[in-house]
Amino acid sequence: MSKPILELADVNVYYGAIHALKGVSLSVRQGEVVTLIGANGAGKTTTLATVCGLMRPRSGTVRYGGEDIGKVPTHQLVARGLVMAPEGRGIFPALTVEENLRLGAYARRDKPGIEKDLQHGFEIFPRLAERRRQRGGTLSGGEQQMLAIARALMSQPKLLLLDEPSLGLAPLIVQTIFETIDQVNKQGVTILLVEQNARIALKHSHRAYVIESGEISIEGESAALLDDPRVKAAYLGES
Amino acid sequence: MLKTLGILAAGIAVAFGFGLLVDNAVPPFWALIVNLCGVSIILAVSLNVINGLTGQFSLGHAGFMAIGAYVSAYFTTTLRYFDPEVAKYVSQQPLFDGVWGFAPALLVGGLAAALAGLLVGIPTLRLKGDYLAIATLGFGEIVAILLTNFKQVGGSKGLTGIPSYADTSWIYAFVAICIAFSLFFQRSTFGRALIAIRENELAAEVMGIRTARMKVMAFVYGAFFAGLAGGLYAHLFQTINPGNFNFMKSVEVVVMLVLGGLGSLTGAIVGAIILTVLPEALRDLEREIALPGFRMALYALILILMMIFRPQGIFGQRELSLKLLRRILPGGRK
Repeated sequence: MSKPILELADVNVYYGAIHALKGVSLSVRQGEVVTLIGANGAGKTTTLATVCGLMRPRSGTVRYGGEDIGKVPTHQLVARGLVMAPEGRGIFPALTVEENLRLGAYARRDKPGIEKDLQHGFEIFPRLAERRRQRGGTLSGGEQQMLAIARALMSQPKLLLLDEPSLGLAPLIVQTIFETIDQVNKQGVTILLVEQNARIALKHSHRAYVIESGEISIEGESAALLDDPRVKAAYLGES
Repeated sequence: MLKTLGILAAGIAVAFGFGLLVDNAVPPFWALIVNLCGVSIILAVSLNVINGLTGQFSLGHAGFMAIGAYVSAYFTTTLRYFDPEVAKYVSQQPLFDGVWGFAPALLVGGLAAALAGLLVGIPTLRLKGDYLAIATLGFGEIVAILLTNFKQVGGSKGLTGIPSYADTSWIYAFVAICIAFSLFFQRSTFGRALIAIRENELAAEVMGIRTARMKVMAFVYGAFFAGLAGGLYAHLFQTINPGNFNFMKSVEVVVMLVLGGLGSLTGAIVGAIILTVLPEALRDLEREIALPGFRMALYALILILMMIFRPQGIFGQRELSLKLLRRILPGGRK
């Protein structure tokens, strides 16, 4: 079994007096797709924000590649390959598709590499190539989500954090997005995925954690969780 | 980069040609308006970097302008003040003498304003939207109040006898510099990063953009050019007082941007020209129809109609380009 690229140990995060993460521990191993599922307000997004340095844990450790990153600023994490694609297709609407992608490579200085990855991104997402001069805000929801993922890939991530990529998208588009996630993972990018759409997230991941009011309640192989009666009842809408 | 330098050189050359033309062929009153337009353009274009590109709402531009005006005038003016030690008035020779002393004086004024921008920006740019607007408004008022109470710079009477160095050529040379910088800015990675902050600050942060630092840099850049504009203003009117740089002046610059289209460089230039020329042009109309005060009412009406029918401003976020011209001109290619 490969070594963990990301490890959270007993992490506590607060918003003022609100205890948002209560001793969360989880790990992501090199090459895996790990999903974190849970309801609204369970602490999914807070977990991602803590990993990429937007929130600071009050106690506990966050290790990336074996190193404590609890105090490392976000822009340095991006340069080290820890990148997030934010929720709600956080793209830049007034900038063109190409400009959005180039901003993804903001932390990089290797011009030829950037051009190569830009072409590569257009190969994975041909729709974006068609619309490269169009403003990001004029794209459809699914295309915006593809742009957000493609933009994150421009920073050459080792670990990609995806915050609810299925949010507000039609089922068919969600399917396409998850196929792309599989493809990105096969090319060697480790992925930590946060989702409310538990069924599809479990189908497209190796392992999963269930988070409930700031605590990890269930963890295991994704395939096993799909059959877990507790998961079925609470997140898959079966009884 | 090379292209920007080319634009810059061409712009400065045009500025000097324009200066000669205005000096010789335009009646003095309208020459003054033309010069004032130049100062307004620098103010609007520099504020556009903060309010338009970066999306931070600053209402303190007059404060930076005041610092630039006072500091540069301080260096070029013969100051006469009462020295209590010898119990009589003494005059101090200007530190930078002559027209060629004007350039360093302007630069020092700009740098002083930039320093103020840095000091104000670091604590206040954590604030967003209305809160930032109020903090920067407070800064502008503090500057005006301090100047009113400093006897060394004339208190509420201000500074007089400032040499008349800022002619059309000087002003428009700086207009060219300011526009060339802004053009280069908007197309550089730095400019795109600023726009990214405006569009989605969280996404900008996770792309590795150091948003706090970028916002302060945009603020300092804007303050520097506001300082230059202040220096030019002082050496154009030859007299300045704290009332020239009050809250209304800051609002005026913001209105120029909103009218032209927040975030558009072309819009900032056009907005600055309209709002400088309009009150003066309406002055003649007011005299014709003998209705005092009509000018300001019409001015307000134009702004209200603008906000109703074109709230995004004349240009929106677009720039004037050949592409846009082709689209709007009749018979042009779509």
